[in-house]
Amino acid sequence: MSEARIIQLGSKDGRARTGAAAQRRSRQQGPSGVDRGGETVPVEDEPIADVLATERMTAAGNPHPDPDPAEAGRAKTDPVGEDHVTPGRNGSARGARDGGGELTAAPREPAAGGESDPAGDLGMAPASMLPAEPLADAGSLEQALAGFLAFLRRRITGDYVVDEHGFDEDLTENVIAPLLRPIYQNYFRVETRGLENVPDTGGALIVANHSGTVPLDAMMTALAIMDHHPAHRHLRMLAADLVFAVPFLAPVARKTGNTLACQPDAERLLAGGHLVGVWPEGFKGIGKPFSERYKLQRFGRGGFVSAALRAGVPIIPCTIVGAEEIYPMIGNLRMLARLLGLPYLPITPTFPWFGLFGLLPLPSKWLIEFGEPVDTESLTPAAAEDPMLVFELTDRIRETIQHSLYGLLMQRRSVFF
Amino acid sequence: MRPRCVLVTGVSRPLGAQVASVFAADPEIENVIGVDTIPPHGDLGCTQFVRADIRNPLIAKVIGAAAVDTVLHLNVIATPLGAGGRSAMKEINVIGTMQLLAACQKAPSVTKVIVKSTTTIYGSSPRDPALFTEEMEPRALPRGGYSKDAFEVEGYVRGFSRRRPDVTVSVLRFTNIVGPGIDSPLTRYLELPVVPTVLGFDPRLQLLHSEDALGVLTRAAIEDHPGTFNVAGDGVLLLSQAVRRAGRAPLPVPSPAVVTLGNLVRRSRLLDFSAEQLGFLAHGRAVDTTRLKQVFGYVPRFTTLETFDDFVRDRPMRFAIDRETVIRVERGLLGVLARRRLVGTS
Repeated sequence: MSEARIIQLGSKDGRARTGAAAQRRSRQQGPSGVDRGGETVPVEDEPIADVLATERMTAAGNPHPDPDPAEAGRAKTDPVGEDHVTPGRNGSARGARDGGGELTAAPREPAAGGESDPAGDLGMAPASMLPAEPLADAGSLEQALAGFLAFLRRRITGDYVVDEHGFDEDLTENVIAPLLRPIYQNYFRVETRGLENVPDTGGALIVANHSGTVPLDAMMTALAIMDHHPAHRHLRMLAADLVFAVPFLAPVARKTGNTLACQPDAERLLAGGHLVGVWPEGFKGIGKPFSERYKLQRFGRGGFVSAALRAGVPIIPCTIVGAEEIYPMIGNLRMLARLLGLPYLPITPTFPWFGLFGLLPLPSKWLIEFGEPVDTESLTPAAAEDPMLVFELTDRIRETIQHSLYGLLMQRRSVFF
Repeated sequence: MRPRCVLVTGVSRPLGAQVASVFAADPEIENVIGVDTIPPHGDLGCTQFVRADIRNPLIAKVIGAAAVDTVLHLNVIATPLGAGGRSAMKEINVIGTMQLLAACQKAPSVTKVIVKSTTTIYGSSPRDPALFTEEMEPRALPRGGYSKDAFEVEGYVRGFSRRRPDVTVSVLRFTNIVGPGIDSPLTRYLELPVVPTVLGFDPRLQLLHSEDALGVLTRAAIEDHPGTFNVAGDGVLLLSQAVRRAGRAPLPVPSPAVVTLGNLVRRSRLLDFSAEQLGFLAHGRAVDTTRLKQVFGYVPRFTTLETFDDFVRDRPMRFAIDRETVIRVERGLLGVLARRRLVGTS
C-alpha cells in the first residue's frame, strides 16, 4: 500500500442515526432485557425447583430404614438438611433458597411446574392430579430415582456450576462420594477423632501426614469431613503438578476439589474461606518404603505455613494412621519410574506379582485425628516474610503430628482390627 | 483526559468496527480514524477509513496529520488463515506493532495508547495456578504462534511506555471473546456438529462477552487507566460442560492424534486449529480479574456462563440435543413413576 486514501463513510446525520441505533441495540441485548428468551424463562426456572426438590430429598435423609449405612450416618448427624450449606461455600445462593421450601411439597414441585409450563405437559397430568399424601411419604426408592433422574438431567444439559478452581460440587457429592463411601466405612472402617477442631465456617488449613503409595489418605480425609463434620464442608486439596498432567486423573482431580499446590492457589482458597488440605511431605511421604512407615519426612519448604499466615487462618494438624499399611512398599523400580516420568514405582507383596489383584489395598483399620488448631491470629501477615518464624512453626506442626502418630499407634490394637 | 481524535487499527473485524462506531457516535469525539488493509463491511458512522498497512511507515503520516491523541491497537490477530498464512500474521502482529509504536513515539499529540492483548500469553500447562494474575509469568515462554506474537507485542509496548512516560499505556489482556457476530476459532470449534476434545482432559474455559470487550475498550479510551489488566467474564466453564450446554456431542481424541486431526481440519478450512492450541484444549486457562474490577473499575456484565448461553441462543445449532426435550423426558419418567405408585397403593 503506497498511498493512504481517506474515505468518508458517513455524514453528520448518519452519525446521529447510528448512535441511536447502537443505543437501541444495546438496550435490547442488555442482560436485564425483558425480551431475553421470554418463553425459555419458565423452562429455566424449572430445573432449579427440581434441584431443590432432589436436594431436599437427599438432604432430609430417609425416614425409612436405609440399607446404605453411609446415608444413615449422614441422616443421623443431619436431620434437617439446611446445615448442608455453609456460608463459605459456592452454593450459598442455592442454600438461601433451600430454606424456603416445605418438605412435603418437594416431590410435587416438578409436577406443579409442569402445569404452568405449556411445553412440559407430556405425561404430567396424572402426576399433578395426585393427592399430596401418598407422595409426601413416597418410598425411598422413588425419591432416589427422582433424584437420580434430576442428576442425570443436570449432567446431560450441563446445568451445574464449576468454581474457578474446577471444583464440581454436584459430581463430587453425587458420584465420587457415594463411590468412596463403602471403602471408607466397610473396607478401611475409618474412625475420626477431634472433628470439633475443624471450624464450621471460614478458612482453615489442615496439614496431614502422607502415606500409602496411592493418595487414598487424602480422599478419605475429604470424605471424613464431608460426611461426619457437622457443617459437611468440602475439603479443597493441594495436589502435585504431576496429577494435572495425567490423562483422566487431571479432570477428576480438579472436579473433586484439588488444585495445584502453589502459593497463589493456597492463598486464594484460604482467603475465600475454604477448608484447605495439604500433605506437605509430598512424594517423599507417600512413596517412602514400608520400613520407614510413620516416620515423617521433611515438610516441604514450609510454603503452607506462610500461606496460612498471609491469610490469617488457623492450621489444624491432622494425623492419619492405617494408610501406611494399604500398599506396603518393599521395593521401588527407580529406573522404570524415571523412564515413565513417575516419582516412584512401587513393588508391594502383591504388586506387580498378582496383576490387577495386586492393586487391591490391604484392609487396614484407619484412624484420622484432627488436632488442636495452631492459632496464627496472634501473628501478622508480615510474619510470613520471616523465614525463621516460618521454619519454627513448620517444625512445631511436624512435631505435633509425629507425636500424635506415636500416640495413636500405641492405642492401636492391631493393623487390621 | 477525554480523547478528541481517536485512531483505531483493525476496523475490518467486528470488535474494531464496533469500537469505531461507538466513538463515531460520541459527540465529544471530533474525529475517528479507522485503519485496516481491507475496508470494513458495515457502516462505521462518520469514521474516516484509512486504507493503510500498519507495517508501512505511512501510518506515522496519518497520526501526525490528524493530530491523533488516542490510539487503540486492536490489530493483533490470532488466526493465520485470516491473515494469509503464519508469516503474514507474524508480520502484521509484530512488525505492525513496532511501526505503530514508532509512529506514536514521534507524534507529540499522542497521549494514550491502548493495546488489545490476550490471556494466551500465560500459556496452558499442568503446572499453572488456577487463576493467573497480571504479575504472573507463563510457566514456559511461548514457543510460537499467537501467544508468542502477543508476548513480543507486549514487550514492545513496555519499551514504548519507558521511552514515552507521558503517554498513558493500557494493555488489556482479553480472554476468548464470544458474542453475536464474533467469528473466532473458539466459536467455530464449538459450532462443530461433533466437538473433538482431548481424551482424558477437561479444560476450564473463560469467556468474555463482546459487549463487555467493547465496554472495557471504550472505558479505557475515555478514562485514564495505565497498566495491564486481565479482562474476562466471571466464573469458568468446563469444556465438557460447554459441549453439553450447547447440546453437542463430544468426540474424545487421544492427544497425539489431535494435532493430526487439527491439521486435516485446517486444510479443509473448516477450522483454524494450530498445534499451540493443544495445550489449551488439554489444560485450559483462567485469569484473575480482581484488578479489572477494583483498579480499572469495570465489572463485566456477563459471566462466562451467561456469555456462553447467549452464544448458544444466538446461533441456531443443528443436530443439538434439546434441553427442553431432556426436561420433558425426565418429567415423563417421573410421571410414569408416580402413576405406578398410585396403582400400587390403591
